Amino acid sequence: MTMPAIKAEATAVAIPTTAAPVVTMTPKQAPRAGKYVKMAKEAAVRLVPPLIVLALLMLFWELVCRRTGSTLPPPSKVFKDTKELILDPFFDNGGIDKGLFWHLSASLQRVAYGYSIAAIVGVALGTLVGQSVWAMRGLDPLFQVLRTIPPLAWLPLSLAAFRDGQPSAIFVIFITSVWPIIINTAVGIRNIPQDYRNVAAVVQLNPLEFFSKIMIPAAAPYIFTGLRIGIGLSWLAIVAAEMLIGGVGIGFFIWDAWNSSHISEIILALFYVGIIGFVLDRLIAGLAKFVTRGTALN
Amino acid sequence: MQAYLKLDHIDKTFTRGNATTEVLKDINLTIEKGEYVSIIGHSGCGKSTLLNIVAGLTGATQGGVLLENREVNSPGPDRAVVFQNHSLLPWLTVYENVRLGVDKVFASTKTRAERDAWTMHNLNLVQMAHAKDKRPSEISGGMKQRVGIARALAMEPKVLLLDEPFGALDALTRAHLQDSVMALHQKLGNTILMITHDVDEAVLLSDRIVMMTNGPSARIGEVLDVPLARPRKRLELATNPGYLKCRQRVLEFLYERHRFVEAA
Repeated sequence: MTMPAIKAEATAVAIPTTAAPVVTMTPKQAPRAGKYVKMAKEAAVRLVPPLIVLALLMLFWELVCRRTGSTLPPPSKVFKDTKELILDPFFDNGGIDKGLFWHLSASLQRVAYGYSIAAIVGVALGTLVGQSVWAMRGLDPLFQVLRTIPPLAWLPLSLAAFRDGQPSAIFVIFITSVWPIIINTAVGIRNIPQDYRNVAAVVQLNPLEFFSKIMIPAAAPYIFTGLRIGIGLSWLAIVAAEMLIGGVGIGFFIWDAWNSSHISEIILALFYVGIIGFVLDRLIAGLAKFVTRGTALN
Repeated sequence: MQAYLKLDHIDKTFTRGNATTEVLKDINLTIEKGEYVSIIGHSGCGKSTLLNIVAGLTGATQGGVLLENREVNSPGPDRAVVFQNHSLLPWLTVYENVRLGVDKVFASTKTRAERDAWTMHNLNLVQMAHAKDKRPSEISGGMKQRVGIARALAMEPKVLLLDEPFGALDALTRAHLQDSVMALHQKLGNTILMITHDVDEAVLLSDRIVMMTNGPSARIGEVLDVPLARPRKRLELATNPGYLKCRQRVLEFLYERHRFVEAA
């Protein structure tokens, strides 16, 4: 926005005989309006193609499922069946008869606990494994085996250990999302260039300063890759875990809807699960972009 | 001659599995305070290893380094290094990169305001104060190296170690930066040990040039005094007989007596 103004001034200086104020005043308004038009155009370019595809898919779905005897409801019926749930996500009739907001927030809360613990433990263990050859030799084989265990396989064991649904679900989230965080952090720490270590040595940073001023920023792009994979896996695991443990939560909501043959409600819930998974991913990606500005490129 | 920095019978062997390679053999060198000494040699002769030993980043197998008659064997700000590839931390601004060292070295001797002023003073010395809030990725290669020099100078090192500081720069930027380093040396009187593979650079900047034989088991082949008055001017020196003679001596050493042979 300031660029054209500066250019205009430059020309005004170059030709001293012309009336400088007039030259600088005129272009001032034009770029601002132009900027909004440009922004709107860019938004349109990004939004229009997915909207068109979405509309076509909806149309296809409507046509396929409209026939009598179709096992799944068409979008028009889904909307009609679930209008109450969509319009009032905040109702609470006690027990598990709650609005979708409460189910989703219960699930998100579990993910928040499990994922936060995974992030802290994952970065700490990853740092240990990345920094110490002995820790790597000792722990890496163990990690490689444990990380292949499917999340739900942990659930019975954690139920046996905790004897309660809530901590078991949180544990499953934790154990699912911690591996990519550990492994990526370790790779990031191992890949810290020797140059940075030399700088730290010459400046004589102590281990704590080295950790906070060199290790974490240098490994940040890797750590965030792990965190981003981790959040995706947490969200994948929570729905499955909640189906089994019951109570309030989007996973159980889906299971409950299936048991009561409310197929439309399942479709609505899937829609929300997808949107929230997408938002979570974008959130971590945005955080990564903010935190690692400058680190990624050099 | 009072030895300020003394390299005393340094040997260095690298061991990998059963194979041992002797890189440096019996390196002896004394450097006076305020002297500008260059080490020149073909690539692979171990000159960077030697600088790392002086910096304390690598340990010597035999012998050691004495600075003001005290042995130094671990890295420290009294022997600040300007690295070949600048090694600025990309997540810090230019100012923060210099300030990092300042904060550590003057933690107890300078107040916060004084450390800020000292950081800016050093950025001014290398004419980089204008870019203090930029990140390394936003400035040119020559500018990065200037910041690297400022970071080293700001630690008030007893010896400044330059590891091929201009190697990665284009010829014009290099000449400009060489002039800056000469001016800084003139002004601050630092003791400087520089690694280089550029003959003109060595003769232009140094008081003495240490010529290394080819590795393995590289030794100091010859030490040449450069008896040219300071301040030196690049253009005037181009026809100066003393300069040409020194240049000739180094070239003869490097290309006749110790021609680079590809290691077997």
